[in-house]
Amino acid sequence: MTSTLTATQTCLSLEDVSIRYWNTEAVRGVHLAVPRHKVTAFIGPSGCGKSTVLRSLNRMNDLIEGCTLSGRVVFDGQDLYAKTVDPVEVRRRIGMVFQKPNPFPKTIYDNIAFGARINGYTGDMDELVERSLRKAALWDETKDKLSESGYALSGGQQQRLCIARTIAIDPEVILMDEPCSALDPISTLKIEEMIHELKNSYTIVIVTHNMQQAVRVSDMTGFFNVNTFSDRDAKVGCLEEFADTQTIFNSPQQKATQDYVSGRFG
Amino acid sequence: MAFSSDAVVHHPASLCFRPSLPRNRWNALLTVVVAVFSSIAVLPLVLVLGYVLFKGGSLISAELLTELPPPPGLDGGGIGNAILGTTIVTLVASLIAIPVGVGGGVYLAEYSRSGWFAQFVRFGTNVLSGVPSIICGVFIYGLIVSTRFFFGQSYSAMAGGVALSVLMLPTVIKTTDEALKLVPRELRLGAMGLGASQFVTITRITLPTAFTPIATGVVLGIARAAGETAPLIFTALFSPFWPEGLFNPIATMSVLIFNFAIMPYEAQNALAWAASFVLVLMILLANLFARWVARFTRV
Amino acid sequence: MVPMAAGARPELFTQRRRPLWELLIDRGFQKLVVLLASVVGLVLVGILFTVLGGSTEAIGRFGLGFLTTSNWDPIAEQYGAFTAIYGTVVSSLLALLIAVPLGVGTAIFLTENIIPLPIRQVLGVMVELLAAIPSVVLGLWAIFVMEPFLRPFLELLHTSLGWMPFFSTVPMGPGMAPAILILVVTVLPIITAISRDSLQQVPTELRQAAYGIGTTRWEAILQVILPAAVSGITGGVMLALGRAMGETMAVTMIIGNSNNFTLSLLAPGNTIASMLANQFGEADGFQVSALMYAALVLMLLTLVVNVLAQWIVRRLSLKYA
Ligand SMILES: Nc1ncnc2c1ncn2[C@@H]1O[C@H](COP(=O)(O)OP(=O)(O)OP(=O)(O)O)[C@@H](O)[C@H]1O
Ligand SMILES: [Mg+2]
Repeated sequence: MTSTLTATQTCLSLEDVSIRYWNTEAVRGVHLAVPRHKVTAFIGPSGCGKSTVLRSLNRMNDLIEGCTLSGRVVFDGQDLYAKTVDPVEVRRRIGMVFQKPNPFPKTIYDNIAFGARINGYTGDMDELVERSLRKAALWDETKDKLSESGYALSGGQQQRLCIARTIAIDPEVILMDEPCSALDPISTLKIEEMIHELKNSYTIVIVTHNMQQAVRVSDMTGFFNVNTFSDRDAKVGCLEEFADTQTIFNSPQQKATQDYVSGRFG
Repeated sequence: MAFSSDAVVHHPASLCFRPSLPRNRWNALLTVVVAVFSSIAVLPLVLVLGYVLFKGGSLISAELLTELPPPPGLDGGGIGNAILGTTIVTLVASLIAIPVGVGGGVYLAEYSRSGWFAQFVRFGTNVLSGVPSIICGVFIYGLIVSTRFFFGQSYSAMAGGVALSVLMLPTVIKTTDEALKLVPRELRLGAMGLGASQFVTITRITLPTAFTPIATGVVLGIARAAGETAPLIFTALFSPFWPEGLFNPIATMSVLIFNFAIMPYEAQNALAWAASFVLVLMILLANLFARWVARFTRV
Repeated sequence: MVPMAAGARPELFTQRRRPLWELLIDRGFQKLVVLLASVVGLVLVGILFTVLGGSTEAIGRFGLGFLTTSNWDPIAEQYGAFTAIYGTVVSSLLALLIAVPLGVGTAIFLTENIIPLPIRQVLGVMVELLAAIPSVVLGLWAIFVMEPFLRPFLELLHTSLGWMPFFSTVPMGPGMAPAILILVVTVLPIITAISRDSLQQVPTELRQAAYGIGTTRWEAILQVILPAAVSGITGGVMLALGRAMGETMAVTMIIGNSNNFTLSLLAPGNTIASMLANQFGEADGFQVSALMYAALVLMLLTLVVNVLAQWIVRRLSLKYA
């Protein structure tokens, strides 16, 4: 392994995580250490459980009926799935941005203030809104229409608003599930630039189907794949390989990874 | 005839519409039939509205709206106590049914999972909405009136209000449940992803987003309850006097119409028409209001 | 820079650690809505127990004979509900017989673009408004307008078809026939609205497929569109049946409230609902129990019809899914 892993602290680590929906196992045996203040990308074919693993990092899976997890997800030295842990508090420290832009039916200002308020923000709200919008590279486009509905923005702007709203609660980790898949190339570029900025202050985990994007934004990459285990007929997702992004794309250890990143998959 | 059908077979080139073809005749006939059916279907509305507006509307005056009904056989008087009574009883019903129903709807849409309790509540709501309104009256009679539940009082405005609330409850639950289901799941996830608790997500995001359809349904439910009679005739009963608090019998417009319609006195019959006018006007306005509100879907 | 920001976090976001009161509100709200949802169950159980409890005396005394005898005599304390049960079933079924073709026909007229959309919308709103008219107002109208208007026609029916038992009595005013007609008015909006919804849900592709193979409008409606909507329409008809059996005020005001059994539709009759509306207020003692027994019968009838409605909808929608 390269020196980056040892040189930086681990922020989130998954230890033998398996996740099932009702009786169907979706992912099995994931071991993974997400380094602090780095961008970690998850790639892999559709249905291999990237979103499932991502959601398990801030207990969004609790909201899906029938979804259960075994193993440990350790954040800040605590097992997130311990009985005493409050999932709401987990989500205040590990925020999430979704695939489809989902602004609230409120003004742009209130979209950002909402999260901060429920997190008990005591500072200057106007200043926080401006700072968050600036970080999300949206300030110039919206500074004159903060009191308009969030729906009045374009899709790319809406997604940046959603990122701004997550930044506003100042979480330690930001999870992003294919944040650019509904966007045009220019909006995508803006968001990628933003991710570069953000990683100075946040740990970011991003799921993407776009391999160039993974190369462009991430420091570490995890490749997920679907395997057939001997004890089951159904296909189960698992983490095939996890390493430096350079390593994954230039000299992967696994044949499956090699095939996938070079486009020879399937 | 035989010749012309031969011609059809041998010279199919013509694409002209031929009304004489059997299939075209059937087509025209059935179209006329459903047109007639539709006219018959709207006829009662036109006639009932016409009579109520004409017979009731001509009686409306300030005295009518503010005076007590006359003793049987005498002329004059008004329906003031019944207007007030309908307002009071409907208000009581709404104050009970709206919180309980919205709560039940929130449970179904936001908290219920596929367990037995959720299925039971869903099934129960459907069953309750099919229970005849007169049975609601019988239930409240047995539960409240005959047991003298409220301070030893038997018939009371309160009992009538509770009976109406039983009737409104399934409507409000279904309205809320369906309105909340229209709220995109992504909005909830977005709030939860920022660390909002379920309580905050529901009260600050989901319920406000679904406010318009819920309000529309609730207004329609209130309008329906205001016109209900069967649950009131032996719970709220009737009173020729002004309302004497919540724990005494109370006059309502719907029971007044029922009682006065079957009396052999013209003055009372006229008051029944007048009360119908006021009631129908209130209900139509509520309907129009609900339709108007429904146009303002929140962005 | 970075550690400083991290240090500043807890100060600005005072509720990063969720305070206890917030946790309690969250939990409390969940408990509250579960409690409110269970009110539905409590009410249902309450209704069942009240009606069942109130009728035990009458059930003990008359047993199932209550359902098949028709003398209703409060003085001799002899009660049999056959007339009312018969009246409930017959009036609702005959009302449906008239209302179903009218309602489904209207629904077709309102969904298939036979006439311009604005007119259809107005007609649709009118049918919906008909559902909003209180049934007591319909009753009033039936007493003073419909029945007098109808009487010559009913008399004609009697003079020409009087040899049939159904028309064997002279129409004298209130009776079964006007009650059936007012029931038609009360269930028509339900059937129309539900049929219209079902027809509108038939996928456009299906319509286009039918027209695409050269069917006329009515061939498409009768052979493709109606069969596809049949589950919803049947469900609506069953719901309407339940509503008709429980319909109280309009029927009470025009049916005549007679417990003497007769086959004639021109004579006064009774339904369970109208019997309850008429007698419950003045009844005491044993009569209350007999009325509760009748209420129990009505409840079971409507329950069966409503459960059957849900079952049919599920069965048929599987078939035509
Ligand atoms: N809510 C759910 N209920 C049941 N099964 C689910 C659910 N969500 C996901 N799954 C299953 O879990 C497996 C992994 O799904 P997941 O959404 O995590 O894949 P993914 O890698 O994110 O795919 P994609 O790239 O298409 O987003 C799939 O087989 C899917 O069918
Ligand atoms: Mg995914």
